Amino acid sequence: MRDTRRTRVVLAVLLLVSFTLITLDLRGGDSGPIGAIRSATGTVFGPVQRAVAAVYEPVRHFFGGLGHDEQARLVQLEKENADLTLRLRTSQYAESRAAELDALLKVAGLGQYRIVPAQVIAVGPAQGFAWTALLDAGSRDGLKVGMTVINGVGLVGRVKSVTSSTATVLLLVDEESTVGARLEGGLTLSLANGQGGTQPMQLQVLDPRVVLAPGDRVVTRGSDFVSGVPIGVVTAVQPTQGTLVRVADLQPYVNVRSLDLVGVVVQGPRTDPRDSVLPPRPSASPSASASASATTSPSGSAGATASAGPSAGASPSR
Amino acid sequence: MTVPRTALAMVLLSTAVVLQTAVLSRIPLPGATPDLVLLVLVGLALAQGPVSGAVTGFFAGLLLDLVPPADGTVGRWALVMCLVGFAAGRSRDTVGRSTFRPLLVVAGLAAAAIAGYALLGLLLGDPRVTWTALTESLPTAVLYDVLLTPFVVPFVMSLARRAEPEPSWARLPR
Repeated sequence: MRDTRRTRVVLAVLLLVSFTLITLDLRGGDSGPIGAIRSATGTVFGPVQRAVAAVYEPVRHFFGGLGHDEQARLVQLEKENADLTLRLRTSQYAESRAAELDALLKVAGLGQYRIVPAQVIAVGPAQGFAWTALLDAGSRDGLKVGMTVINGVGLVGRVKSVTSSTATVLLLVDEESTVGARLEGGLTLSLANGQGGTQPMQLQVLDPRVVLAPGDRVVTRGSDFVSGVPIGVVTAVQPTQGTLVRVADLQPYVNVRSLDLVGVVVQGPRTDPRDSVLPPRPSASPSASASASATTSPSGSAGATASAGPSAGASPSR
Repeated sequence: MTVPRTALAMVLLSTAVVLQTAVLSRIPLPGATPDLVLLVLVGLALAQGPVSGAVTGFFAGLLLDLVPPADGTVGRWALVMCLVGFAAGRSRDTVGRSTFRPLLVVAGLAAAAIAGYALLGLLLGDPRVTWTALTESLPTAVLYDVLLTPFVVPFVMSLARRAEPEPSWARLPR
């Protein structure tokens, strides 16, 4: 089969239009004409995506045990479940319940963040190479570009763009994401750079005198993001002799492949929470991630403003 | 492009984009996301030929570029998918009514689409395009797409053929 002249003309025109779009987008950014088209498309598709996600959500939870992470979580939850059942059956039911509620309230206040809860309704396909997620809350819920997004275990990312009913989040593991960070208990300026969802993040500590070790924990520093949000744990220190920067692999607390309920911080804490939002040291608490789900559970409808810590703080079950 | 055919393409592609972002990409599969949009596009193009394939591909790519949470440069997927649609349309006569050849077409085009998108990203200086990201997504994408092909492509092709045999303006001399 041979291409006719018409075929070639059509193809050439389409390619030319594509290149024009690319140029317009690169030059105009979010304020240009392409930005307007993008947000209009978001406004049209947002409700549909919400609806599909709402239908899909129960199915997803049903099949949630398919991934490895879910398997590990299941084991952990089962263990906890057994533990809790035992506790429930023992005598001082009412007392322990009161104590748990007490602890829960304390955790909620730890970070002093004001958050809008939101549900992840869509994720960018992996072959787009971008690590982004779509939330079912938008500008009408008070979300603005640049706001910090957290979940029960730590930092999720930052709001990249909003429509009236949805918001796109740039996840912290995206290559374009850089988070101003500091080490627990210190103030040294550090940067946590995303390297794609399957790679650990890269931590750069801008002070050669700092000695890094696996297990060091990192929180947001509080210039671009709200301060004190747990980011992750140092897993391996890279050799950087003779340079002025210390580099390490940073394993984020948040698992970006299984995001569910998140909170958008619409108002930061009045005072820096310092390290208080970090979970207790691992040996002390086996249930860092589980305690999280308890605090962020004002689940559901976006728009309900809730005051809750990003949790992960002291386990409420103690 | 005629009305029933355009409407069919719009409905199928919009559905595919929504399913791909809201459902398929949330399944914690290792590597890439099954590329439903590409499969629908290949189905339409195999039924309609290179010119409609290119036009349909352009708009399919535009949807991928624009529908949130997409965050790449607008026009990148449009360009890549335009070529994918064109190539799929050209292979129409070779594929014919064969059962296995669509699998080969999908495998080749799935790999070409990701490689092309990555290459375009490199040219534009996209920091997200890394060797690791490419080697993780490309083989798995080919695998998932080929696995899904028997469920999607014949269905889309029969719908497209039913919508209209072939528009006169896209008919090519044989």
